[in-house]
Amino acid sequence: MRNAASIKLTSIHKRFGSFPALNDVTLNIQPGQLAAILGPSGSGKTTLLRIIAGLETQNAGSLHFDSEDMTRTSPRDRHVGFVFQHYALFRHMTVLENIAFGLKVRRRKQGLSKKEIRDRALRLLNIVRLEGLENRMPQELSGGQRQRVALARALAIEPRVLLLDEPFGALDAKVRKELRRWLRLFHNEMGITTVFVTHDQDEALEIADQIVVMNHGRIEQVGAPTEVFERPATPFVQEFLGICENFQKPGILPDPVEVPDQMELPGVVEARA
Amino acid sequence: MNAVATTELSNKALTARFGRVVQRDPLWVRAGLICIALVYLFVLVFLPLVLVFVAAMAKGVAAYWSAIVDPAALDAIKLTLFISFASVSLNLIFGLAAAWSITKFHFRGKGLLITLIDLPFSVSPVVSGLIFVLLFGAQGWFGPWLYAHDIKIVFAWPAILLATTFVTSPFVARELIPLMQAQGCDEEQAAITLGASGWQIFRHVTFPNIRWALVYALILCNARAMGEFGAVSVVSGHIRGQTNTIPLHVEELYNEYSSAAAFSVASLLALFAFATLGIKILVESHTARNTRIDNTFRSLE
Repeated sequence: MRNAASIKLTSIHKRFGSFPALNDVTLNIQPGQLAAILGPSGSGKTTLLRIIAGLETQNAGSLHFDSEDMTRTSPRDRHVGFVFQHYALFRHMTVLENIAFGLKVRRRKQGLSKKEIRDRALRLLNIVRLEGLENRMPQELSGGQRQRVALARALAIEPRVLLLDEPFGALDAKVRKELRRWLRLFHNEMGITTVFVTHDQDEALEIADQIVVMNHGRIEQVGAPTEVFERPATPFVQEFLGICENFQKPGILPDPVEVPDQMELPGVVEARA
Repeated sequence: MNAVATTELSNKALTARFGRVVQRDPLWVRAGLICIALVYLFVLVFLPLVLVFVAAMAKGVAAYWSAIVDPAALDAIKLTLFISFASVSLNLIFGLAAAWSITKFHFRGKGLLITLIDLPFSVSPVVSGLIFVLLFGAQGWFGPWLYAHDIKIVFAWPAILLATTFVTSPFVARELIPLMQAQGCDEEQAAITLGASGWQIFRHVTFPNIRWALVYALILCNARAMGEFGAVSVVSGHIRGQTNTIPLHVEELYNEYSSAAAFSVASLLALFAFATLGIKILVESHTARNTRIDNTFRSLE
C-alpha cells in the first residue's frame, strides 16, 4: 500500500493507578513490516497497541509515524486501522455499511461520491473474500467472517498502519490457523505496516517478520523469529519460547508427558506466568 | 389414554430441557394461586379503573364533557402537558449525558454520581417539594434575592417544573446505564479510529443501539411526570387557572364535593395511562423481537 509508515515509540510509560502497565518502552517498526507483540497476559502488549492507535494515552514518551509526531494527535486523525479482539462491528449496520463507515464519515474531507464509497466497500469485500454477504447483519456471520469484515472496515480508510488486537483469539483452532496464514499472504500483497498482539508463540513465529517479546510492561527482546528463537536474550524469552521448542522436539524432552496439544499452549503459559 | 401419553411426552420434553423431572403441583394449588392473583388484580387494578369511568359518567355525558372543557380544567390540562413535555425533555438531556459519562469515561466520584441519580427515587416526593420551597421560597436561601429581582419560582410554574423534573430524573439514566454498560465502548472506539467525530459517533453508533430503551424510558418518565402529586402539591400554591396541574385540580374538585367532575378529569389521566401502556407494549414487542433475532443467530453459530 502506498502509504505504509514506520512506527517509532520512544520511552513510553503508562500507569493505571499504581500499576505500571508500560515501563520505558522504545520500539521501531519498519515500513511494510508485519510485527508481532508477544507476551503473557498482563505484560502490557495490548496497552502498547492501544497507545499506538491513540485509544490510550501514555503518561510519558513520544510516538512517530515516519517523521511525523503523533504523540498528541487524536485517534481520529491518526489514520490507523484497528481490529478489535471481539470485532466491535456496528451491530445495527449491514456488512457493507460497516465497511463503508470510515469512508462515509470522512466523505466531505475526501470528496467521495456515494457510488465511489459503495464500489470501494464492495472491492474490499472481495479482498476479504466475503462477496455476496454485503447485506447481511453482523449477527448473521460466523466469527471468522466477522473478523474479516472488521479487517475490511479498518482497511477502507487506507490506514498508514494496521493494528490487530489478538485478532484470532476468539476463533476456534482450525479457523484461527487458516486465518493467520491468510493474513500473512494478505500482508505480502498489501504491504501495509502491521502490528498484531498475541499470546500464542506459534502464531507469532509462523507469520511475523519481527517479534517483540514483552513481560511485565517491558520489552524483553526484539528480533526476527529465528533470532529470538535461537538466541533468546533473557531467561524469560528462553522459557516463554522454549515451550514451542519443546513441542517441536518432543523426543529430546525429559518430561514429554506434560506437553499438551499445540493449540492449548497459550493457556498453559498464562497459567504459569 | 391419549391425553396421558401427551402429558408423558411433554414431561419428557421438560426433563430433556431442564435435566430433571418438573414438579407438577396438584390442581387445587394451581387453581388457588391463579384465583388469588386474579382477585388481587381485579380488586386493586381493574375495579378502581372501572369505577373512575363509572363515577365520571354518574351525571351523564354532558356533565362529563362540561367538567373537562371547564376553563380551570383546560388550564390544568395545558399546564400538565407543558410541564411533562418540558421535564421529559430536560431529563432526556440529563439522562443521556449522565449515562454517556458514566459508561464511556473513567473519572473520580463516579460511584457518588450513580448514587445521586437514584436519590429522587428514595426521597419522599413531599420532601422533594419542600427542598425547593426551602431554596426558593420567600423565607428560603435565595428568597430575598429572587424577591428583589421580581422572579417568581415557588407558587409558579418554574417550581412545578423543577419539582417534576427532580422526581422523574432517574428514569432515563437508570434505563440506559445498564444497557450501555453491557454494550461497552468497543463500537465507539472503532468509530473514532475510523475518523468519526463525537456527534457522528453518537448519531450513527451509540444512538441506534439505545433508541428503543430510550423510548421506553421516556414513556415511563412522561407517565410519572403527568401524575406527580406530592412534590408538585407542595410547591404549586394551588392557584386555579395558574398553578394547578391535572392531579391537583382533581383533588380540589373532590374536596369541593364535585366528585363527578373530579372523576371526569381523573379519567383523562387514566386515558393517558392507557395510551402509555399501549406504546409500552409496542416498544417491548419491538425490543423482544430484536433480542430474539440476536439469540437465534447466536444459537446458530
